[in-house]
Amino acid sequence: MSAVGTIGAAGPSDAILPKRGGWRGRLADLLWRRPGLLLLLMLMPPVLWLAVVYLGSLLALLLQSFFSIDEFSGLIDRSFTLKTYGELLRPANLDIIVRTVTMAALVTLAAAVVAFPIAYFAARYARGKWKALFYLGVMLPLWSSYLVKVYAWKLILAKEGILTWLLQKLHLAWLLDGWLALPVVGGSSLSLSATGTFVVFLYVWLPFMILPLQASLERVPANLLEASADLGATPQQTFRNVVFPLALPGLAAGSIFTFSLTLGDYIIPQIIGTSRLFIGQAVYAHQGTAGNIPLAAAFTVVPIVVMGLYLWGARRMGAFDAL
Amino acid sequence: MRSDTSPPGLRIAAAAGLAFLHLPILLIFVYAFTTEDKSYQWPPPGLTLDWLAVTWNRPDVWAALSLSLEVAAVSTAIALVLGTLCAASVSGSRFFGRETISLLVILPIALPGIITGIALRSAFSLAEIPFSQWTIILGHATFCVVVVYNNAIARFRRVSGSLLEASYDLGADGLQTFRHVILPNIGTALVAGGMLAFALSFDEVIVTTFTAGQQQTLPIWMLEELVRPRQRPVTNVVAMVVVLVTLLPILAAYYLTRDGDQVAGSGK
Repeated sequence: MSAVGTIGAAGPSDAILPKRGGWRGRLADLLWRRPGLLLLLMLMPPVLWLAVVYLGSLLALLLQSFFSIDEFSGLIDRSFTLKTYGELLRPANLDIIVRTVTMAALVTLAAAVVAFPIAYFAARYARGKWKALFYLGVMLPLWSSYLVKVYAWKLILAKEGILTWLLQKLHLAWLLDGWLALPVVGGSSLSLSATGTFVVFLYVWLPFMILPLQASLERVPANLLEASADLGATPQQTFRNVVFPLALPGLAAGSIFTFSLTLGDYIIPQIIGTSRLFIGQAVYAHQGTAGNIPLAAAFTVVPIVVMGLYLWGARRMGAFDAL
Repeated sequence: MRSDTSPPGLRIAAAAGLAFLHLPILLIFVYAFTTEDKSYQWPPPGLTLDWLAVTWNRPDVWAALSLSLEVAAVSTAIALVLGTLCAASVSGSRFFGRETISLLVILPIALPGIITGIALRSAFSLAEIPFSQWTIILGHATFCVVVVYNNAIARFRRVSGSLLEASYDLGADGLQTFRHVILPNIGTALVAGGMLAFALSFDEVIVTTFTAGQQQTLPIWMLEELVRPRQRPVTNVVAMVVVLVTLLPILAAYYLTRDGDQVAGSGK
């Protein structure tokens, strides 16, 4: 009792409440009087964990991007240099960066087009049971196993798989053959072509576009649409001038996910697609067998910078309100 | 008046989109029973249950499964503690750096997984930490925190502050208030967050490839089969099991948070 008295001598509760006995009671009193201490105690474990484990490793990695590798001995030279960043500008590496960013942009565009009707229908027309069904219909594919989804597409896109079979039954095999004969998008089969990589990216990241888009469409007041129609707008005009601008924050939020996830993925292009590398694969290759951690680290800076610019742009469009 | 009839074009596009999302997963279930073991032939030449038994007797699949379950369980437990503490402090008070902490929690999932992975790996090699299940757990717990945090903070915001004040006024200390007032209110959100964290960890492959060394979690096992297919039928069965195992926690999490609006005292 006396120990508590010295700690909380000036506390306002002294006059009202009797002090608690035991260390637990004293601790409770102390924390109640000093909410700042409680806050500090609560924040300490998560912040320490994230700062040490995550930020610590991240900074160590970024630091290593300023080291360089000795090309003859293969040893890492730990002196500050920008030489490794210069290597990123080699045509072969620049090619990888351009290819990845182009793919991410295409996947994002396609995801927006495919996601829009689903999100719009779920937000505006689905009610009750249908609403729950739509919600689960997006959540289940979102949360089911990433590798299983990729595997499913390997089954679908295989030369002997269901898609070829379906096109043959529809007498459209010539269409597939014609597409695969095209230079950049084609290949010996769909699972070995850039088209295949694109479809799988689109499939895997689509739910990440639907959810924020739906959230922003839910907030479009229905009476705005009626007002637009009352003023004589056609449905197309209403869509272009009312719905689309209001859905833009949701689109921007969804595109953050689809863009970022495509930029960093190295598994999908490894399993489905051509042998041309994406940023993620380059990072993986450089840190693994090549042992060139500085170049791998410099490569990871590319998605960080691209995403930084992207987030900055998205914030100006109000994307963070729709998350 | 609102018009509740949707244009047919929109209905068809929405249905086609949902079919695009679901048909590939359904296909996995058919392939698990095919008699064809050399290629991905469609339609399956015949159906059989043999591969279930073959998979059941594979020690490497069991070892990978048990490592995955262990990692997911421990990571979820760590993420539950850290995520709840973080959500409680961020929702309960305003302080300097509050926004920074939200950003810090979200960062591991906002940046591409490969960055988290390679950063951890280079840190392990710098600090000369050998690979073990703890290196995997370290990575998984880091990105699982955000899932628990998101679920918990949404619920904390709805728990009325007057309930806590009433509890203190009636003489309860902080711990009692937590056990008898806060926990019953946020319990379902924590269970839901924990289940999602479990599913996320159970399925994670990108960070794991960097932090696992020679160990095999179930996703790593699958990845090796995908890159160099050796036993297609066993992979088919494992894929089906993984779909079922991740499906249950997700459905459970959905039902637990569905009525999240009915928190005691939320009307105040």
